[in-house]
Amino acid sequence: MTKSKPQPVNRKEPGYRDLNERIGDYGEVETTLTAAEIREQAARCMSCGTPFCHDYACPLANVIPEINELIIEDRWEEALELLLSTHPFPEFTARICPALCEGSCVKGIHDQPVTIRQVEKMIIEKGFAEGWVKPQPPGARRSEHIAVIGSGPAGLAAAEGLNKFGFNVTVYEKDLNPGGLLFYGIPNFKLEKDIVRRRINLMKEEGVIFECGVNVGSDISFNYLIRRFEAVLLTGGTQLPRDLDIPGRDLDGVIFAMQFLRSQNKRITGEPLLHGEDIAAKDKNVVIIGGGDTGSDCLGTALRQGAKNVYQFEILPRLPESRPEDTPWPLWPRIERVSSSHLEGGIRRWSVTTKKFEGDVEGRLKRLHCSEVEWVSEGGRQVPVEIEGSSFEVDADLAILAMGFLGPGPDPLADQLNLVRDQRGNLAVDDRHMTSMPGIFSAGDMACGQSLVVRAMADGKTAAEDIAEYIDSRGRER
Amino acid sequence: MEQSGTERWKLTRLGLYEPDYEKDACGLGFLVNVEGEKTNTIIRQGVTVLKNLLHRGATGSDDKTGDGAGLHLQIPDRFFRKICTENSWVLPEADSYGIGMFFLPNDDETRESCCLVFDRLVAENGLKMIGWRDLPVGAEVLSGISLREMPFFRQCIIDGCGLSGNELERKLYIIRKQAEKKAAEIIQEPDIFYIPSLSCRTIVYKGLLMPDQVEDFYPDLLDEMLESAFVIVHQRYSTNTFPSWPLAQPFRYLCHNGEINTLRGNRNWMAARERDFESELFGSDINNILPVLEANASDSANLDNALELLYNGGRSIDHAMAMLIPQAWGDKYPIGPDLRGFFEYHAGIMEPWDGPAAVVYTDGQRIGALLDRNGLRPARYTLTKSGFMVFASEAGVIDLPADEVKEKGALRPGEMLLVDLKEKRLLKDTELKMALARRRPYRRWTQENQLTIHGFFNAMAPIKVDLDNLFAKQKMFGYTREDINLILKPMAVESSEPVGSMGADQPLAVLSEKPQLLFWYFKQHFAQVTNPAIDPLREELVMSLMTFIGCADNILTETPGHAHLIKLSHPILSNEDLARLCSLDEKGFKSARLKMQFPAGGDGNVLEKTLKDLCLKAQEAVETGYGLVVLTDSNLDPGMAPIPSLLAVAAVNRHLISCRLRTGIGILVESAEAREVMHMALLLGYGASAINPCLAFETVAHLAETGRLGRVVSPQKAMENYVKALRKGILKVMSKIGISTLRSYRSGQVFEAVGLDDELINKYFEGTSSRIRGLGLDEIAEEVNLRFKQAQPDSYRQNSIDILPSGGHYAYRADGERHLWTPQSISLLQHAVRSNNYDQYLEYAELINNQHEKQSTLRGLLNLKTTKPIPLEEVEEASEIVKRFVTGAMSMGSLSPEAHETLALAMNRLGGKSNSGEGGEDPERYKPHPDGSDRSSAVKQIASGRFGVTAEYLANAKELQIKIAQGAKPGEGGQLPGHKVNEMIARVRHSTPGVTLISPPPHHDIYSIEDIAQLIYDLKNANPESRISVKLVSEVGVGTVAAGVAKGHADMILISGYDGGTGAAPLSSIKHAGVPWELGLSEAHQTLIINGLRSRVRLQVDGSLKTGRDVAIGAMLGAEEFGFATAALVACGCVMMRDCHSNSCPVGVATQDRDLRSCFSGKPEYVENLMLFVAEELRSIMASLGISTVDQLVGRSDLLEQNRYVKFWKSAKIDLSRVLYKPEAPKEEIRCTRPQDHQLGKALDYKLMPEVENAINTGNPVTVNSLMRNSNRTAGTIISNRIASKYGSAGLPDDTITLNFTGSAGQSFGAFTSKGMTLNLEGEANDYVGKGLSGAKIIIRPFKESSFNPAKNIIAGNVLLYGATGGEFYANGRVGERFAIRNSGAKAVVEGVGDHGCEYMTGGRVVILGSTGVNFGAGMSGGIAYVYDQQGIFDLNCNLEMIDLEPLSEQEDIAELRSMLENHFRYTGSEKARYILDNWRDCLPYFIKVFPMEYRRVLGKMTSEDEAVERALPQDN
Repeated sequence: MTKSKPQPVNRKEPGYRDLNERIGDYGEVETTLTAAEIREQAARCMSCGTPFCHDYACPLANVIPEINELIIEDRWEEALELLLSTHPFPEFTARICPALCEGSCVKGIHDQPVTIRQVEKMIIEKGFAEGWVKPQPPGARRSEHIAVIGSGPAGLAAAEGLNKFGFNVTVYEKDLNPGGLLFYGIPNFKLEKDIVRRRINLMKEEGVIFECGVNVGSDISFNYLIRRFEAVLLTGGTQLPRDLDIPGRDLDGVIFAMQFLRSQNKRITGEPLLHGEDIAAKDKNVVIIGGGDTGSDCLGTALRQGAKNVYQFEILPRLPESRPEDTPWPLWPRIERVSSSHLEGGIRRWSVTTKKFEGDVEGRLKRLHCSEVEWVSEGGRQVPVEIEGSSFEVDADLAILAMGFLGPGPDPLADQLNLVRDQRGNLAVDDRHMTSMPGIFSAGDMACGQSLVVRAMADGKTAAEDIAEYIDSRGRER
Repeated sequence: MEQSGTERWKLTRLGLYEPDYEKDACGLGFLVNVEGEKTNTIIRQGVTVLKNLLHRGATGSDDKTGDGAGLHLQIPDRFFRKICTENSWVLPEADSYGIGMFFLPNDDETRESCCLVFDRLVAENGLKMIGWRDLPVGAEVLSGISLREMPFFRQCIIDGCGLSGNELERKLYIIRKQAEKKAAEIIQEPDIFYIPSLSCRTIVYKGLLMPDQVEDFYPDLLDEMLESAFVIVHQRYSTNTFPSWPLAQPFRYLCHNGEINTLRGNRNWMAARERDFESELFGSDINNILPVLEANASDSANLDNALELLYNGGRSIDHAMAMLIPQAWGDKYPIGPDLRGFFEYHAGIMEPWDGPAAVVYTDGQRIGALLDRNGLRPARYTLTKSGFMVFASEAGVIDLPADEVKEKGALRPGEMLLVDLKEKRLLKDTELKMALARRRPYRRWTQENQLTIHGFFNAMAPIKVDLDNLFAKQKMFGYTREDINLILKPMAVESSEPVGSMGADQPLAVLSEKPQLLFWYFKQHFAQVTNPAIDPLREELVMSLMTFIGCADNILTETPGHAHLIKLSHPILSNEDLARLCSLDEKGFKSARLKMQFPAGGDGNVLEKTLKDLCLKAQEAVETGYGLVVLTDSNLDPGMAPIPSLLAVAAVNRHLISCRLRTGIGILVESAEAREVMHMALLLGYGASAINPCLAFETVAHLAETGRLGRVVSPQKAMENYVKALRKGILKVMSKIGISTLRSYRSGQVFEAVGLDDELINKYFEGTSSRIRGLGLDEIAEEVNLRFKQAQPDSYRQNSIDILPSGGHYAYRADGERHLWTPQSISLLQHAVRSNNYDQYLEYAELINNQHEKQSTLRGLLNLKTTKPIPLEEVEEASEIVKRFVTGAMSMGSLSPEAHETLALAMNRLGGKSNSGEGGEDPERYKPHPDGSDRSSAVKQIASGRFGVTAEYLANAKELQIKIAQGAKPGEGGQLPGHKVNEMIARVRHSTPGVTLISPPPHHDIYSIEDIAQLIYDLKNANPESRISVKLVSEVGVGTVAAGVAKGHADMILISGYDGGTGAAPLSSIKHAGVPWELGLSEAHQTLIINGLRSRVRLQVDGSLKTGRDVAIGAMLGAEEFGFATAALVACGCVMMRDCHSNSCPVGVATQDRDLRSCFSGKPEYVENLMLFVAEELRSIMASLGISTVDQLVGRSDLLEQNRYVKFWKSAKIDLSRVLYKPEAPKEEIRCTRPQDHQLGKALDYKLMPEVENAINTGNPVTVNSLMRNSNRTAGTIISNRIASKYGSAGLPDDTITLNFTGSAGQSFGAFTSKGMTLNLEGEANDYVGKGLSGAKIIIRPFKESSFNPAKNIIAGNVLLYGATGGEFYANGRVGERFAIRNSGAKAVVEGVGDHGCEYMTGGRVVILGSTGVNFGAGMSGGIAYVYDQQGIFDLNCNLEMIDLEPLSEQEDIAELRSMLENHFRYTGSEKARYILDNWRDCLPYFIKVFPMEYRRVLGKMTSEDEAVERALPQDN
């Protein structure tokens, strides 16, 4: 059959709510296209014989071309089924995924890629709205119990998968609400907490048990775990932020991005702020060090909190606007990305290095000493070299370090069990997700290092399959 | 090279060669004195005819051994009386004694015991042996193979002891059959015991001879006392040179030119019937003649066997022939009810022996000839006023005074003729057939006895979809989302098979981890070279899906009861049809239902036992009177898993055949498993009578009910569409192998298995080739069990969404079948070639090459042996190696001009070759570009459509490639829809923008192996500097075809794998036709070596070559050159969208869309980098093997071994030793070391050249006169090449070179002749006149002295003006079949044409002043024909699918017609033309204008109302 010829429409994105409006609240900034528009956009998909979006780009291997075909045919419910067959939580990635698929979209070679993320969002939201998304508890329960420690993207995905297999799943979360990074890390204006709660509730209805406020390893012991559970999955994420070891680092007002974002998320959900968590940018000069997504999240948050001035410094040079030669298609293009927050204000600078935090007598941050750098090749590597005479200072009351993460960091349970770590400090696992101790598994950033939510979910999902296989194989051995 | 029998023996067992696939074709003829006068002269003349057919035969590698020749004549009574007198023997009167001709063992003792056995049989049968005569032979004329294999020759004379005529003939037949069986017990190979003839009427002198050796070898033939009223001559061209004296022809009752491609089915059916033979004539002797068909004999020999059975069983020889090779008699044929009744009645008794066939047959008193239904062999005759008749493959084989000639004719498709020596008359087709049709009331017998079932095959009723179980059933039978969305859905909506593009790159079924349906282990056969594929759309009228259930048991009698049959109009049963059949309460047609099921979890033993039970149950049912066995896998019992339907059907069919119970009954298959065309074809091919694909119906109905098929398609309509798609698909599968009727396709087993174990094959699929072993019953059971398990409900997941698996066969999916082209491999390769990064290339190559864990290809299962390496520097430079590389044939229509030129630029820079593909090339590209770059494709392809094939195109090639088949869709034609034919493509293809261009499935000048020798010769004439190559596709038997092609003087043979790419092909063809190149290449290489032909032809391989390792293995399996297509496109930016057919290629590679073309970002450098990388990788492999040049690597299969460490359970039983077999041969005999001798030196053109040289150089006109005879082939073409080389298509001014010939022109007269030439022929011409005519004028008129009416006589043969692009043609006489086929520019006037006139025509003007055959204008999309139709029935004979017929009203038409007629009269002196011109106003109204609809639309001549109608062209891709 000849495939329907792609309609000659251009890529259309929904854009954001009006700037003046959205800056005044923490509600989701992105608007949505209409269903008709989505169908038009889906019809731009070419149903590639070798879809690069599907498996090469998408860690979950969403069957994007087939989903799009169903949308063109107006078969939303079937599209939802197909989407859910590979993807446990489309509502999260539909909001916060950088959409690797779009970076590899064949349509994007000489044109704009298909708006795959928007299609996904429409499908899942329509699914919730129409009541198609229903709890799907397993038809029968197995006798085995599994503990998942950590309720971030990896932990949730694993728990969901394990539960579907019929296992009794208990998720332990050290915070008061499940969701991990989804709940505490990502700003509400990108992912509203209700969206997370909606999924958690669904999982609860399916029979997953969430135990929050429990720090496994200190609150409950390993011995308890091993008695109760046939397998344990560690999905603690990457907790250790990269630090900036320069003079003045210990000044009051120099904080990590996660502290900042976390405090705001807690405010929104009404959770009590602990000592030192009450951080706000209101009327402050804020400098965010780090030009990535987290930095941009801080930027949007700071603006909403009413910061006086916000700067975002990045040590790397500014990236080109269109795909450069060093990341040819279908690689993820290294281009400058402008988030909704960037459109809301603040000043972005590139090739800037921070040399010193300067404080006042009370030890409060007052000023940053920076300079511009240029990147030169040294022994095959690009290294920054300070440009002479480019030093400058900038007044700052709050410096937020958003420079990425180094690994899981100390973990009570892992440390107690002396689980082997890899060179980068992540938990070492074999190709079946098992750590150095049989029966103890790890997935997500904790095992793989800092990455995207979608990768963590994919990893959690396969970890669930591996654990099921592990339990089955033990059963066979007996 | 001398070959020993042992080497051949070894090859058939250790290598890939299979003697079953030997093919032959020939020149044949007969001469007869219609008055019955016996003369010696006629034998002399026969020998002359044989010599004049020399070019139709072939010689072996030694150039000394002919493939066989012989004579068949009446017993020369005077001669034998002389012999008897000499020996003092007493000879009874003529007709009362028999003469036997014997080929006997050379060993004295064995020979004597054979003769003793025979003596005893003669006595036992009540006859008397008069004596044996050692036949004098002139062995000294022989040398080489024929001498070494020469048997001992004897004749014997037998006294009829009172028997004579038919009775004696029958007795001798019985004796011969007994003797053959008895002798087989005594003799051992290579000894021969063979009786060329044993008859009281005729005698055969034949042998492994060249025509000019025959009379020197048999001095008998020089004896003046030898007299006969007729002589039949035959000259053989076999595809190989394995010596076989017995297979020389004529046989005992017939000789044959062509190929019976339904042979396996015919053999199976004949064997199945034997139990029921009963005849008063044979009485108790009936068992002595079984088996009827000789084992290990050729198709022609078996046809002869069947004929002698029917003849001796009491039917007349013509009656028997009409049964065996019936004409087409479908609804579209204008024949009367009696004749249709005759054929329908006999269709229930005997399935057609189908295939190209010109047959000459005789019983000694009557001699006749017959042509197959497609008319695929030439057959011309001349009758003189004195009653002498000559019939032969060609006209002009013997000189007859022109004024003596009474009639010149040709057999038309399906026609017969017969000379009755008693009646002393020539009986033509009508008389003959009407006599047959009315000898019994066949029509009435058929009407009265055929079972009619009310409502049978009527509209479909709605069905109830079992929603609760649909999904589980789909899972159980391995349904995927692709099956539903990509296969069933298009079939249900568009009633046609889905189309895809690019090649198959997923693992072979035997290498896939996914449980595969058994269907996937089989690959379709297809016709190449030795017989043509059929066009199932344009020539549908010769095809039929009609079958009978309850076929006659005893074929030796004829009674009204023979017509007691159920007639199925096609083999797909709806649910109601099945129910109606099953509820029949008619004697002999009651049905028994048997379930195809075995206990789930059971292993091979369980499966085997269950199958055995199933077979026994079927046997029991038939024995107790059930006539219909229904095998079902629907509604299985709990805990039971389905037996693969193909396995069950094949097992039951085989079993019933072996119990001799098969013929009378029907095997109906109710299958939930079968859904695709390929599945149906397989079930039918292994014995099913009809199929009800019940789950597919349910699925389709469900799709319709849930709105998946759009609003307009109701469930019933969807099912009807689906059935229609299946029917079209089955026709297509049949047409690919050139089989016309389902009756002879059924049980025909025209498949090859890849990856099934010998034991399994021998037990259930006997006769099917399977050359790498593989799965047995255990593994098959395991695959079913896996599916069964997956289909069981998972209690944990019962609430979860469950969807069918993706499939991933047709598009890459993470959970589907693996592919070699993945996003990873594509992007790595692209990045590597763009940044000239060899390391990155190696990463890519590793992805493809490393198949230790997961295998995709056969070569992935091979390891390179460890040998002593040499330093890399000692290996041939990459820059040298790349000269062996070519890019694949991709046409200008399939690729964008940018992509096409990029490949050409790159390959020309490297010194390799790019390929124009089908469809011509812009002449602009022939000239060097101002910047010095060369954009001309070195290889110019000649495909079946001949688009853009002009003298200039041919003159500008370094290699001319005849494309016989394409890996992705072998045996199929193609179609470039009008909307894709833009101005540029139309210009290059010499057609009109907007007009659809159709490529026929076969080359219409290659119906047989001897034809390709002719086309090679034509092309060599058209460009003597160019080498000629032939592109074949890998299938079992391709080695044999390659040998035949090598004997036809091809310089290079390309073996393509089944996995090659395509711009558009039916998905089922991409996946299911052809086999991997490893098999085909190796078979071709081995067969060529063993035939001693390898040293004179180069081998090239292509089909998914991706890396240096692929190339290395290709070389080691025998290839000298290597082709890349997909890989080169990927280097240019192709991302394997697999959507080339939609013109929407997003990277500008495979599109003509202006905007998309601008996206093309490929550069020649990328392609160069790819080639150099591949060569570099090859170099490192060569270094590791200690090999310094590619030449030394060719054929070194001893350096390969099968990787035994592969642990995959399915592939564990694969055995590649036959692929790796290395025949013993000297070094210079395992690769091409010497050139072919094209024998161009003898060409007439070179004799004329001195006289025309000046005219070519200066343009000063010249006229040359010359005699001409049928052995002067391809006249004028070399001269034309000189003009085309010098002046391009512009040529010379008209009539610059005038060549006046007198005589009978050989084939391809005036092929590809250029503008400026005028060829005047007085006499007659054979086939292919004006093939590829490029501007010249050809005029043919009868000899001045002839007195017959030219308008009623045949003056030129078949397939004239094939692919002509310009020029003029005038013939004062009738011409044969397929006149002006694919003409795109020539103007022609003839006085009558055969069937299929103006087929596929796209341009030009044709005037026909007489009648036409059937199917005129089929596939005609352009040009205009004016037909003079005095009968008013022209429209009855037209294929009206694409044309309008209208009166001539427009002045320009009338003027054009008139001027063409005036020319015709001026050039040929046609009386008819003069009459019409003289009576213009009276005659004009009888002219009809044939105006293709699309052409009319493009010319803007449609009325606006008419234009508004959307017309669907018959689809073909």
